[in-house]
Amino acid sequence: MNTEGEVDILLVEDNPDDLELTLHALRREHLANNIFAVRDGEEALEFLFCTGRFKDRNFDHPPRLVLLDLKLPKLTGLEVLKRVKDDPRTKALPVVILTASKEERDLVASYNLGANSYIQKPVDFDRFREIVKSAGLYWMVINQRPLANPAQMAAAAKQ
Amino acid sequence: MNSAPKILLVDDNPADANLTCEVLATSENPAQVSTVQDGEQALMFLHRMGQFAEAIRPDLIILDLNLPRKDGRAVLAEVKADPELNELPVVIFTTSHSARDIARCYELGANSYVSKPGNLGQFFSAVRSIENFWFGFASIPN
Repeated sequence: MNTEGEVDILLVEDNPDDLELTLHALRREHLANNIFAVRDGEEALEFLFCTGRFKDRNFDHPPRLVLLDLKLPKLTGLEVLKRVKDDPRTKALPVVILTASKEERDLVASYNLGANSYIQKPVDFDRFREIVKSAGLYWMVINQRPLANPAQMAAAAKQ
Repeated sequence: MNSAPKILLVDDNPADANLTCEVLATSENPAQVSTVQDGEQALMFLHRMGQFAEAIRPDLIILDLNLPRKDGRAVLAEVKADPELNELPVVIFTTSHSARDIARCYELGANSYVSKPGNLGQFFSAVRSIENFWFGFASIPN
């Protein structure tokens, strides 16, 4: 995992098995060169806002996609999502929830807070791989991402 | 998903709208597609007003940007500012590739932005990808 330079996908996942499986599926499809994983909500925010142990990261190089689990230590996924979507500097970042939760209220809360999409983790291994592949393909290839640089983006939106 | 997914397609270009419907109709689990041609109709549909009093609530909105009467940006802004509607996923599907449009749409809360390819085969596969991801893999509020 690369901490330097541009990260394609930020994976926020505390379960080591799910983390391994997701990384494996994404790499197998060659959908991302640099995938960086963090294990809790606090680290996720530090990464995205370039603070704490990530204070040397460049704010102008946000990841192209954030895959965010909901049940996380320290700060929940919903709290991370809210912070990201409430801040004009990070609002446009595509955030896809990837969670084991089957609760309708988590689903609705995520979309209400501005999640770009919501994916339920299946129990079945092959289905999990298929889902990660499809999500990676859609968000890395089909979906148009916003400009990487937040300052450029804010300027473009105001033109 | 067992029952047919429901899509509101907002597109004033008849050729694009027909092609999109054709692609969706040939799916394994064909979506029920309602098509409107302008932004005012789209909002009336979503609010079940006037001729749309019996309209069903869609699972997904596929929204063009350059529309007569009320454009797609205004529709997007209203949907995402409305607590009754804001959880509905909106996929922008437009010929515009401009960084400005992409930025504006994400600022307004678009869930996804897909550029309409000019080439027929690619157009086909873009629609299929939208359908596959949103109805095959994503979870959408009931």
